[in-house]
Amino acid sequence: MSDIRKMLAETVNRLLADIVTTEMLVDAEQGIWPKELWQAVEENGLTMPLVSSDNGGVGCTWLDAMVVMHGAGHYSAPIPLAETILATWLLDQAGIQPPMGPLSIASGSESQALQFHQESDTWHVSGVAKRVPWGGQVEQIVVTGMSEGKLRVGLVKQGNFGVENSQNMAREPRDTLTFDNALVSMTGIANGLPENAVSVYGSLLRSIQIGGALERTLSESVLYANDRTQFGKPIGKFQAVQQNLAQLADEVAAVGAASTAACAAIDLAFSSKEEVDSLFRIAAAKARASEAAGKASSIAHQAHGAFGFTYEHILHFSTRRLWSWRAEYGSGDFWAEMLGRRVVEIGADQLWVHLTATD
Amino acid sequence: MQTFSFDPVEMPPAAATLREEAREFLKEHNASRKPLDRAQSWSGADPEFSRKMGAQGWIGMVWPKKYGGQERTSFERYVMLEEMLVAGAPVGAHWIADRQSGPLLLNFGTEEQRQKYLPPVTRGEMFYCIGMSEPDSGSDLASVRTKATKVDGGYLINGRKIWTSNADKAHTMIALFRTRTNEQNRHDGLSQFVVDLRDSNGNDLKEKNGIFVRPISSMLGEKHFNEVTFEDAFLPDTALVGSEHNGWSQVMAELAFERSGPERYLSSIQLVIQMIKALKDSPSPQGYTAIGRLVAHLVTLRQMSVSVAGKLNAGEDPALEGSIVKDLGAIFEQEIPTIAQQIFSVEPTLGDGSDLEQVLGFLIQNSVSYSLRGGTREILRGIIARGLGLR
Repeated sequence: MSDIRKMLAETVNRLLADIVTTEMLVDAEQGIWPKELWQAVEENGLTMPLVSSDNGGVGCTWLDAMVVMHGAGHYSAPIPLAETILATWLLDQAGIQPPMGPLSIASGSESQALQFHQESDTWHVSGVAKRVPWGGQVEQIVVTGMSEGKLRVGLVKQGNFGVENSQNMAREPRDTLTFDNALVSMTGIANGLPENAVSVYGSLLRSIQIGGALERTLSESVLYANDRTQFGKPIGKFQAVQQNLAQLADEVAAVGAASTAACAAIDLAFSSKEEVDSLFRIAAAKARASEAAGKASSIAHQAHGAFGFTYEHILHFSTRRLWSWRAEYGSGDFWAEMLGRRVVEIGADQLWVHLTATD
Repeated sequence: MQTFSFDPVEMPPAAATLREEAREFLKEHNASRKPLDRAQSWSGADPEFSRKMGAQGWIGMVWPKKYGGQERTSFERYVMLEEMLVAGAPVGAHWIADRQSGPLLLNFGTEEQRQKYLPPVTRGEMFYCIGMSEPDSGSDLASVRTKATKVDGGYLINGRKIWTSNADKAHTMIALFRTRTNEQNRHDGLSQFVVDLRDSNGNDLKEKNGIFVRPISSMLGEKHFNEVTFEDAFLPDTALVGSEHNGWSQVMAELAFERSGPERYLSSIQLVIQMIKALKDSPSPQGYTAIGRLVAHLVTLRQMSVSVAGKLNAGEDPALEGSIVKDLGAIFEQEIPTIAQQIFSVEPTLGDGSDLEQVLGFLIQNSVSYSLRGGTREILRGIIARGLGLR
């Protein structure tokens, strides 16, 4: 692990372990914004690790930023931390210095993209973006759309669009935003990013967070199994329980590795002169993570018995996120199908060449 | 809790160069191999192919030059294994020696043993088998009973080994015998020996030395397995590997080499290849999804396996990570035939029909062994549970 990665990991884990209490999670589900948590992550420089020095950042790699998003997933941090990291990166890619404060990202659907248009000196955006994380709570939204064949990234302030509130199963805000000729305060072109950048990189955020949340379900399950006594001994001493939790550990390890492979591919794509198919690994990561989310949540709940089914126990803060995140920015099967089409296009004889090209 | 880690690894540039060399070599020497034969993976053996690899310096390639090695990095060896496995090349003859017997002798063997037993391996001329399991000792390896009784100048061996792959063809066996009984500690009193089964010209030495091999057919009708009986077989003192009675810890170190390599998730890769070809001919959304999912697993397992190779290269002990790779790898290898039957309406065959049907017929049957060999699924999960702090 690089030094910066170690430092980021230590910082995010220390802060979140300390600040994200059960009480905060319960409050956040009632719509209360955890101000002190946001302040802490922002003051400690965790909100824009990917921003380059040109735009006032430190220019960490995706592998570095991954540990922050992983931590956010591990502790169920009820703030758009991963979203802000992606939003600030998109702005940076478009040559815009990102603002402070929580951000989210919005693009239209595949069939109905957001439309940018220019009126004299100002840019405006129109269209509908569904299920935008914290769309009604963040100070500004980063929007994307196509402009002369390239990805345009813009910043829109809260108040310039309509908000219809909704939530995912974990009661994280997932709002529908309606942009009706909304004023874009800053905008630029992100060369080298695809039209579906929000969906692609959004899926990677969720894969990484799933890895974090899975790790938490594993540690909670091990704690519980060592603590809960039945038939005169901790249930963790029973081989049946051990075999289940070993499989949970397998899934945790796999998801971490899948996301690591994706982040490493993005880093390589941005540092290498050669063409790198990072989308291939991002799709693989979400397919793998979404599958693991279901399997591992079942094992964790099985290990926790009825206690894990209560609101009082903290397990559901992780598992309800897992069930939500596996569907967000494309389900596992959505990405698997995309990957499968790509694999057939590459061809059976070239698949291995393709897989080893990023070494 | 952070009990395991799979850190990203950067392969050295030499690995990429070697990969290209391996691909060129395979184009020349493996192109005509049939898909069904390729599906044998590292069980497929061809001494001639091993000699060609030896001539390239690709067996024992990480070993010291004075024993015939090339002093390459373990990443280069890893790349070589990958390329051979994906191509379904017949590497089975030298596989065991390259993977575990050679490293064992390098770690624990005497200088005389290394000089005698390592250089012929690197030339692809000496093949090994492993005598560990016994009829009553499978997962519970510490219960082995085959006895090595100390006599003047050596040991007399009596007992029986089983599931010994290639015992009929191999030149050398690394065997685990009981040299003493310790009621307090079952792990004490085991010793490893190097046993000559053939001389350097390939002449059989077994029967005249009291070693009898009986082949055991697998349910596929193949005869890789053997039962090996020792009847007052004499081994000289110089056959002892490492220290007497300390075989258990040596075996545990040896098994660590066994668990995380690319052979632990690539055994069914030939079926994946056939499935991609078939899907191109008869595309379906379900087919794309199923293949995409399998490739997602493949990418992930490779990332994990390479990461463990990085740990081995750095001299770390990846026992837990290796067990995780092998557990997940076997699940992957075993689910591929089932998924193939969900996508394609074909009947598995025995050596006739399309390549897909043949490979399917072989792997449906053979893959059940993938979660047995090298540590059963249950044993691996026990190791993982211990790593988690549950036992």
